[in-house]
Amino acid sequence: MADLVVAPLAAPPSRLLAGLKRGGARLRVGAALVAILVLVALLAPVLAPHDPLEQDLLSAQLPPAWMHGGDPAYILGTDSLGRCVLSRLIYSARTAVTVALIAAAFAAIIGVALGLFAGSFGGWVDQVVSRSIDVWMAFPPVLLSIVLAAVIGAGLTSVIVAIVAVDWTRFARVVRAETMVQLTRDYAAAARAIGLSRAKLLRLEILPNLVPLLVTLLAVEMGIAILVEVILSFVGISVSGDTPTWGSMIAEGRQIVYQAPWIMGFPIGCIIASVIGVNLLGDGLRLVLDPVQRS
Amino acid sequence: MTATLAIDDLKVAINDSNVLRGVSLEVQPGEVRGLVGESGAGKSMLGRAVLGLLPANAKIISGHIAFEGSDLVGMHEAERRNLLGRRIALIPQDPMTSLNPVKRVGAQIGGLLRHHLGLSKQAAFARATELLIEVAIREPDRVLSLYPHQISGGMRQRVLIAMAFACDPSLVIADEPTTALDVTVQRQVLQLVERLRQRHGSAVLFITHDLGVVAKICRSMTVLHAGRVLEEGETADVLVRPRHAYTRALLAATPRADRPADTLRPVPPSLIEQLWADARRLDLLGPARPA
Repeated sequence: MADLVVAPLAAPPSRLLAGLKRGGARLRVGAALVAILVLVALLAPVLAPHDPLEQDLLSAQLPPAWMHGGDPAYILGTDSLGRCVLSRLIYSARTAVTVALIAAAFAAIIGVALGLFAGSFGGWVDQVVSRSIDVWMAFPPVLLSIVLAAVIGAGLTSVIVAIVAVDWTRFARVVRAETMVQLTRDYAAAARAIGLSRAKLLRLEILPNLVPLLVTLLAVEMGIAILVEVILSFVGISVSGDTPTWGSMIAEGRQIVYQAPWIMGFPIGCIIASVIGVNLLGDGLRLVLDPVQRS
Repeated sequence: MTATLAIDDLKVAINDSNVLRGVSLEVQPGEVRGLVGESGAGKSMLGRAVLGLLPANAKIISGHIAFEGSDLVGMHEAERRNLLGRRIALIPQDPMTSLNPVKRVGAQIGGLLRHHLGLSKQAAFARATELLIEVAIREPDRVLSLYPHQISGGMRQRVLIAMAFACDPSLVIADEPTTALDVTVQRQVLQLVERLRQRHGSAVLFITHDLGVVAKICRSMTVLHAGRVLEEGETADVLVRPRHAYTRALLAATPRADRPADTLRPVPPSLIEQLWADARRLDLLGPARPA
């Protein structure tokens, strides 16, 4: 008996905190950028120095406060209608965060469900899902939302529906392929040998293995959703004109880019920071969530 | 007494080529039967057929697999799933890959216990601790909180053995459980399987290519080649007085401590050719599929 006993290695079980440390600079910078974005969106009424819609035509196109001719009341200057650029940037974050979260979440739910379905059933089910993926991937979301805007009216809903309608394919394609790979692994066969049904096998055994992948996809998708919303509001078919968005700010600033480049520059900076932020956070989280890479 | 497992004239084909050409085999309650054969003999396929886990392109053409008297081939999917892991368990071949890499050991054993025995989370955890003690793992509580890649291969195989015996199955199919392990660990694993088998009163179908392993733990054995049973009987009989030329050749090719290494003879290629030719002739006699 005694000669049969084995003891585990001395390695301590990985803890989430230790994992967070291993996420490294990527995770910290990403988390910080996303936290700022979300906090700004949530606390917009508190943080914004002015009403984002309030026009002050006497102080139009003011440069940022630190430049010559700037007004300390308008830290980042004003646009051509004399609206506070900083306040507009802050309120725009709300649209960006809303679209990023809702569109990415729905695209993920639909895509993961269909991907698991297609990957595990194979056969004609797989054919139907895969061919719809091909068709939908060829469809530009911007075009689709123009159509949707015409049918159900412009607004946040059509933007989100358009993004979800096209981008579920990103999730479905990858999840389908990965499900097929995971199902050939020995652990999946072992799980079937203990009598798990297909649904339980997918939910309890396969899905946990897809989590690191899904986190990365979700982060990428949030960045894409932010960009699509920017494009749509740039061409004026996103939310209504009285809601500030980074895209519409760029559109307005574009016309006076030589006289007042900051009006266009600040929203561009915000977009870049947010997209980089979600991507870094996704990358960092993937390292934290994958127990094999973690140690 | 009903046999725990009775396979009768089982024929399985992958695409159009036969892999099992009418195999009959019985495992009595509490018996350890060795299933021996070279690679490609169809021994793993036989195990998978019993578990209902044949690859998608493989098909049972004819024959019966009776588990404690009830036919597994025609059985309803849900009914068979209810047997798997509870009454019929598998010890998989490769301990390195047969545990889910992203789930803690405790969650995997606990999940099995909750699925089949309906235990609460706490009860499942307590039972999992007992099971790990049974397979002689020190610090079971700590092992339960580790991920598979954090424990050694031998320990993973013990976890898999513990899971196989967790629900007191009446049949355990051990699919080359020692092949992926080094020799010193192999012996311990065999002892564990033997000990747990006795404690839980299970019969074991031990699939292996290693006659040494069969000699150690199997009471009876079946020699499989090219999907056919060449010889079967009590292990002691078969190993001492092999009747089939192939079994004799296998024995001559197995290293033994009491003989010098230079007396080892490989299985003659002509014999293997002959056996495959016989098997193919068998295929020609009857159509592979019922017309």
